[in-house]
Amino acid sequence: MESLIACHECDLIHRVHPLAEGTVARCSRCGAVLYRHKRNSLDRTLAMTIAGLILFVLANSFPFLSMKIQAQVQESTLFTGIKELYAQGMWQVALLVLLTTILVPLIQLLSLLYVLLPIKFNRKPWKLALVFRFVQRLQPWSMMEVFMLGILVSIVKLAGMASMVPGISLFAFLVLIFVLAASAASLDPHLIWEQVEFKR
Amino acid sequence: MNQSALTARNVSLVSCHSCHLLCEMRSGHQNRHLTCPRCGAALHQRKINSLARTWALVLAAFVCYIPANVLPITHITSLGHVQSDTIMSGVIYFTVSGSWPIALVIFVASVFVPLAKLIILTFLLISVQRKTNWRQKDRTGLYRITEVIGRWSMVDIYVVTILVALVKMGALATIEAGLGAVFFGAVVVITMFAAMTFDPRLIWDTKEQHNEGTNQ
Repeated sequence: MESLIACHECDLIHRVHPLAEGTVARCSRCGAVLYRHKRNSLDRTLAMTIAGLILFVLANSFPFLSMKIQAQVQESTLFTGIKELYAQGMWQVALLVLLTTILVPLIQLLSLLYVLLPIKFNRKPWKLALVFRFVQRLQPWSMMEVFMLGILVSIVKLAGMASMVPGISLFAFLVLIFVLAASAASLDPHLIWEQVEFKR
Repeated sequence: MNQSALTARNVSLVSCHSCHLLCEMRSGHQNRHLTCPRCGAALHQRKINSLARTWALVLAAFVCYIPANVLPITHITSLGHVQSDTIMSGVIYFTVSGSWPIALVIFVASVFVPLAKLIILTFLLISVQRKTNWRQKDRTGLYRITEVIGRWSMVDIYVVTILVALVKMGALATIEAGLGAVFFGAVVVITMFAAMTFDPRLIWDTKEQHNEGTNQ
């Protein structure tokens, strides 16, 4: 039974075959991706996670956008907008933005580091199954790339009334999005689950 | 001979939602709370109450969609003059002022995507309840689309956040978020949960029942 897998989208049972590197196994009935063999999954994901954490600190420490009207300059970090929304009584929206652009990406990066680093050194992290299950649950709620699109739209919106100056954070942010995408793309969940010992 | 009938459920196996381990579903354990021996997640053959929960979330999202579009999402105060904008009035403003790419981005992300997602989910729910086996592969594809596109609706919320942070010029210009933003955020979150609670395997379950019927 070890070598069988059921499609998560249509429940059809398939035999698991070893795949060549970089190839994908799809469900024969509905076409869903069953599993992949990713090149160097563990090392790549670990590298991207560490790079992501550094960029995350940079992206949150400096202003990402400043607006200039005549002599007045208004700087903004990621957190300014959340604080301002909260001050205006929009705590629901403030909470949503805080979760999807700061807390969830940070928790995800930290948990991935917690899972991957010990595995890299052949140790099993404590409560691995619980933490990794949590990481996968959080995945859809990390929306940094959507926030980037929001920044671009805002720049165009405000360009007419003031000159916009990009800050250090904006560049860190831009790179962070690609690093996060690369980390998600190189992670092979089956590799992590194989680390979990269990009794049938 | 009939390959399509070989699903986990038909042979009393359960695929773990979280780590995809195939587990045995022992009889007698049916009513007990089963957990995956590998990752510890609760085991279910299908997501629990998928149809009822998804219906509830879809209806709630439809209800929130109305105030999200009717109420203003921003109040711009400029030299004592207050202007309130809804999502659509923003889109119209940008088409008139010539920045149609921005108008298109906002229209697609904030108006089209949430509505398309709700209509697709409603269609999937009805088609599953009618137990049709019409174009199952395409319907699974539609489900995948709803999973992927939902998050992009958050763009407008982020734009409001950034505008609120930047435009604080005292008497010259200030921007405040409006109540529409709260409902709009609710629509995005609720539709994301709706896509998560819908179980695409229900689309295929009817096929097996049909096949079993013809086999016997």
